[in-house]
Amino acid sequence: MNAPGTAVTIYVPRDSAALAVGADEVAAALQAECTRRGVALNLVRNGSRGMFWLEPLVEVVTPAGRVAYGPVAPDDIASLFDAGLPTGSAHPLCHGLTDQIPYLAKQERLTFARMGITDPLSLTDYEAHDGFKGLRAALALAPEAIVQQVLDSGLRGRGGAAFPTGIKWKTVAAAAAAQKYIVCNADEGDSGTFSDRMTMEGDPYMLIEGMTIAALATGATDGYVYIRSEYPDAVATMRDAVARATAAGFLGDDVLGSCRAFRLNIRKAAGAYVCGEETAMLESLEGKRGIVRAKPPLPALQGLFGQPTVINNVISFASVPLILARGAAFYRDFGMGRSRGTLPMQLAGNIKHGGLVEKAFGVTLRELMFDFGGGSASGRPIKTAQVGGPLGTYLSESQWDMPMDYEAYAAVGAVVGHGGIVVHDDSADLAKLARYAMEFCAIESCGKCTPCRIGSTRGVEVIDKIMTPARHNRPQQVQLLRDLCDTMVNGSLCAMGGMTPFPVLSALNHFPQDFGLAAPDRQAA
Amino acid sequence: MLDHLKETDFGTPKRESDIEVTLEIDGEQVTVPKGTSLMRAAVDAGIQVPKLCATDSLEPFGSCRLCLVEIDGRKGFPASCTTPAEAGMKVRTQTPKLQELRKGVMELYISDHPLDCLTCSANGNCELQDMAGVTGLRNVRYGMDGANHLNTPKDESNPYFTYDASKCIVCNRCVRACEETQGTFALTISGRGFESRVSPGMDEPFMESECVSCGACVEACPTATLQEKSVIWLGQPEHSKITTCAYCGVGCGFKAEMKGNEVVRMVPWKDGAANEGHSCVKGRFAWGYATHTDRITTPMIRKKITDPWQAVSWEEAIAYAAGEFKRIQAKYGRDSIGGIVSSRCTNEEGYLVQKLVRAAFGNNNVDTCARVCHSPTGYGLKQTLGESAGTQTFKSVEKADVILVMGANPTDGHPVFASRMKKRLREGAKLIVIDPRKIDIVKSPHIRAELHLQLRPGTNVAVVTALAHVIATEGLMADEYIGERCDDKSFNEWREFVSRPENSPEATAATTGVPAADMRAAARLYATGGNAAIYYGLGVTEHSQGSTTVMGIANLAMCTGNVGREGVGVNPLRGQNNVQGSCDIGSFPHELPGYRHVSDTTVRNLFEQAWGVELQSEPGLRIPNMIDAALDGSFMGLYCEGEDIVQSDPDTQHIAHALEAMECIVVQDLFLNETAKYAHVFLPGSSFLEKDGTFTNAERRISRVTKVMPPAAKYADWEVTMLLSNALGYPMNYTHPREIMAEIAALTPTFSGVSYELIEKQGSVQWPCNAAAPNGTPTMHIDTFVRGKGKFIITQYVASDEKVTRKFPLILTTGRILSQYNVGAQTRRTENNQWHSEDRLEIHPVDAEDRGILDGDWVGIQSRAGDTVLRAVVSERMQPGVVYTTFHFPESGANVITTDNSDWATNCPEYKVTAVQVMPVSQPSEWQREFSRFDKVQAELLEARHSTEPVSGP
Repeated sequence: MNAPGTAVTIYVPRDSAALAVGADEVAAALQAECTRRGVALNLVRNGSRGMFWLEPLVEVVTPAGRVAYGPVAPDDIASLFDAGLPTGSAHPLCHGLTDQIPYLAKQERLTFARMGITDPLSLTDYEAHDGFKGLRAALALAPEAIVQQVLDSGLRGRGGAAFPTGIKWKTVAAAAAAQKYIVCNADEGDSGTFSDRMTMEGDPYMLIEGMTIAALATGATDGYVYIRSEYPDAVATMRDAVARATAAGFLGDDVLGSCRAFRLNIRKAAGAYVCGEETAMLESLEGKRGIVRAKPPLPALQGLFGQPTVINNVISFASVPLILARGAAFYRDFGMGRSRGTLPMQLAGNIKHGGLVEKAFGVTLRELMFDFGGGSASGRPIKTAQVGGPLGTYLSESQWDMPMDYEAYAAVGAVVGHGGIVVHDDSADLAKLARYAMEFCAIESCGKCTPCRIGSTRGVEVIDKIMTPARHNRPQQVQLLRDLCDTMVNGSLCAMGGMTPFPVLSALNHFPQDFGLAAPDRQAA
Repeated sequence: MLDHLKETDFGTPKRESDIEVTLEIDGEQVTVPKGTSLMRAAVDAGIQVPKLCATDSLEPFGSCRLCLVEIDGRKGFPASCTTPAEAGMKVRTQTPKLQELRKGVMELYISDHPLDCLTCSANGNCELQDMAGVTGLRNVRYGMDGANHLNTPKDESNPYFTYDASKCIVCNRCVRACEETQGTFALTISGRGFESRVSPGMDEPFMESECVSCGACVEACPTATLQEKSVIWLGQPEHSKITTCAYCGVGCGFKAEMKGNEVVRMVPWKDGAANEGHSCVKGRFAWGYATHTDRITTPMIRKKITDPWQAVSWEEAIAYAAGEFKRIQAKYGRDSIGGIVSSRCTNEEGYLVQKLVRAAFGNNNVDTCARVCHSPTGYGLKQTLGESAGTQTFKSVEKADVILVMGANPTDGHPVFASRMKKRLREGAKLIVIDPRKIDIVKSPHIRAELHLQLRPGTNVAVVTALAHVIATEGLMADEYIGERCDDKSFNEWREFVSRPENSPEATAATTGVPAADMRAAARLYATGGNAAIYYGLGVTEHSQGSTTVMGIANLAMCTGNVGREGVGVNPLRGQNNVQGSCDIGSFPHELPGYRHVSDTTVRNLFEQAWGVELQSEPGLRIPNMIDAALDGSFMGLYCEGEDIVQSDPDTQHIAHALEAMECIVVQDLFLNETAKYAHVFLPGSSFLEKDGTFTNAERRISRVTKVMPPAAKYADWEVTMLLSNALGYPMNYTHPREIMAEIAALTPTFSGVSYELIEKQGSVQWPCNAAAPNGTPTMHIDTFVRGKGKFIITQYVASDEKVTRKFPLILTTGRILSQYNVGAQTRRTENNQWHSEDRLEIHPVDAEDRGILDGDWVGIQSRAGDTVLRAVVSERMQPGVVYTTFHFPESGANVITTDNSDWATNCPEYKVTAVQVMPVSQPSEWQREFSRFDKVQAELLEARHSTEPVSGP
């Protein structure tokens, strides 16, 4: 609140999505402008609100609340001040009170409640916004009771596999071992996804708190966050946050005086998509080549360095503090069917309003793409969207009204995955995208199992042959592609090879005309 | 025709568990230990699941995806190699869907594989070929025009095998074998996805990588990707026989894979208990010496060593040798001749030589090269524990929690056992190394010694005593065990002795060079770390106090209760293949077979009755005594079988002078070795491939040596000894070595149950094997020590006479290297020279700099015994003040420098401590120049034999 004579408080995000479009330059210009005008400035570098088309989003604190301006370029600063920015005055870039922007107002932000509101590294800010309430609640509980809360919440793994988090924790808690580990998979490699990155850059203590609760629940004393190497800002922020949290006693040999130890380490990932597969990640963390391990043994029993290990995605851990603070029922009451709570979804690709949308399960793809996303960025009709990352299926318009629900999606061979949505307009060639899926697998395959190692390369070649009918028998090649996809789906060691056929087959089945086939293909996926 | 190559592969390793699970596979009930894979359980049920990446020597990997199965109630198609059997499971290994998936996978494999089966070196012995057949692949619809590796160049850098990446199916079996079996971690997969290829090191050729050429990768490869060059040249073998390696004391079992009388390859035997299917570069590949052109296959004689050799018939040679021995005995007395038998010979040969000496020569002048390596072990362990042998099996190391390696370099000297040890260390056992050098096992991939006590050579006794001091004074002894199993009086005296302040680590640190804190930490770890096992080698025995150190080691094991069960023990790592056996069967001047003293009338009577002769009750001459007696003029004739005392025994010039003084030296060997250059009769020997017999390894394991080809010179060595005995008038008429073993068994209580039948039935037998232990004895001293109560012996450190002085300021210690073996007679005649073609002197950078020596410089090494010249290797493996060399090449003259100091109890030479000076030089030493001249003359004299070759040869 800017009382007369006091400093004006202005927020400029430090999230990489904002930095990429010049947030640092905007912050510097603001600083310079205030100096020039003799205005006392209290500049806060917050996380992003997740409205990327508005970044850099500058917010000024007014008695009515935070007023949003964006996207702001350094050149806009003078005119903003001329218009009365410190008091939240009107300007072509002004969007009014941030909280009332429909994109945000329509969301159900549970996990992302603090996102963009606080200074990510301020422990004071974090605690002032309900931070560490979950941890304090957990410290008062027996380990089994913590696990029970997580079980009761219905939380399922947000990395993509949607395995019940509580069951995983229970397995690790029950395993007898002198050393157990908590590992956070933050190797967020899915195209069009960024919720992990936003969490680490914008609300790192939430992740730390979630992992600490997991440690208390399972008896682990050491943890690792395995962060995608292409996320230098997330790595830096997490390192800083761990150091601060340790210094303040939230981590370390005696967490909040509980005589319970939890030491957290940050590891930069090896730069391979497959290292996001949990067992390949363990190999990588152990300093080896990132190749997939066969299961069993389950990592919960023989994980990192052969010890019982909880492996969860960033968002899974980040969902836990709220569950402990507000109770399992609060969280469980969101969502539908067996998909409980909310999912921070990420709108990307050819979309007008790209960004983060946290909604309870049940929202439809059409709502996300149009009500939130505002249609395609190109203005052309949307043709399809790939949901669940590069291994997710392409959904045709007939499927856009399905509720976002693990089971509903699985029923049509689609995946919710990590909640990434990449939108394409009607200029997209699905044969090219199918080829790209195989090519992606060929580039990223760890090379361990045969279906993925050789199959992905052959997949590219077969699609090329399908697309050159003058020299190849198209129906035979299509059959070969289907057979290959069957070998990969049923024969691959992990989801990399096992799911690569999802986008390929969905493209082939929903958009056969892109492959030069008569539409519609009678062989449904 | 190739059926002999196929052995049952269970796909995954055996699991041990008290819990058994019963399940149903393809309708067959099968019960297996918990933890067993479905794949292995299927084999038990008589069902082979298709597979490529799985093999039962390696942990399951799950990459090939051929072994997929269906399990009732489970979705998908789990891999049978990685899925453990569970009670009540219903598994199907063959369904139309599985067939389709397997065919789909195989189609992918073959889309990147050359279609040259008929001309491929693995044709007939290729798992990929087998699986293509099993999956019914008929067509590769992808064509062969896609991305592929078909033009990847071959790596032919290794002399023994090739790496053809175009045939690689990336099953990782080679990489896993290098890691799990061998423990070298030389191989990896480089690239990822389709680009994945096996890579030695950082995409280096094999010979430039860390690869030690153990052959585990070649053995593991299911295709022709890693293939023996001998198979490429000769084709697949058509029959095979089980035999035992003739190199080190590990005694690996091998399958000699043959084509007629020609060896195609030697393959480690999966069921060989000593090696469990593993091998090293020597046993696996370095057998070419057996057919080397240097072999002499015609008997030869000459009057004087300056005469040309004359090729003669066997009859003539034997008659000449017998005549000379008789003449010498008539002139100089019965004791003026003797015999030496190498510990490389079989038990049966060793037995015959000692019988020849005792019964036909009529004296006890028989010795073996165990004299110069492990005689202190025999003595020391007999004194303390009651039996002259190691206490364990090799497998015992799998249960050790603390492993103490002293004066041994297992990764070079006993590589196959080293791999088993390293596997246990990778599982978490703690390692203590006591060695003057930073040997490889101190720090190697995934292995790091907790403590390396880098002592000064010659101070072993001070170290073991100081360790005992800590254990005794810090209350770390196993009091109950000692009270129950050990002799009170000797224990109390020993405890009083070791507890003295002058024996503390602090008091002895200045002598040993080992920081007291390290010594204390090592003692505590050894005494309190769980099952603690000691493995030691010649760095313990080849000292003036070698026997004392052996007893000190036994003291440590007894006082901590570490003898008499698996995972513990006192384990001498024997140098040569049959060191244990040659000692067991009486080739010592003071002992009859079974370590029974010649002065024992009852024992002597037993042998006198069996042999029909009267035996002498006084011990005969040891090798050093023979040498001295020769110079005195009282020992004038020698029968030397398979041993090269000129190169291997210390103080070469002394030995040479003694040989020159003798009147008849009979050498029986494969080659004209250094000793043979001083000989008057040369009798061609036979290689281990040319004869039947047995070797006894370091674990007391008696294994069969099998004749796979006829002797190149007509007779096996045991037959030659018989010829000589018969010519001397003492009849020997064995028709097969099994009869000799039967005689040993009949006369030796610890061997009474041993027979070829039992060995062949069990694969091998560990003695004692008798009525009390009809199948042999894997672990000794269970419940009680062989001698009754374990006896503690006081181990007073006495510094060696060999002291550093201003004139000789450095200590030289000697040892061996992986690729060469002993005097090199065998390995120098193989491609192993590519790894080690000359002996070099290792010297610490500080000592090198003081003397202006750079890596590769020629340096003169001078001791009070002699001098020689080698090239220098400047290395931080050494400690300052200590230099090191090997003795594999005769021209190196390593033993020109070593002195005639020896163990006080057994005369084992003090090879490990010689005071020397090292200086840069520009030409070979005088000895080397003389060696070179003598060598040339002898080569000419050998060449001359051709001109006198008899028309009808053997």
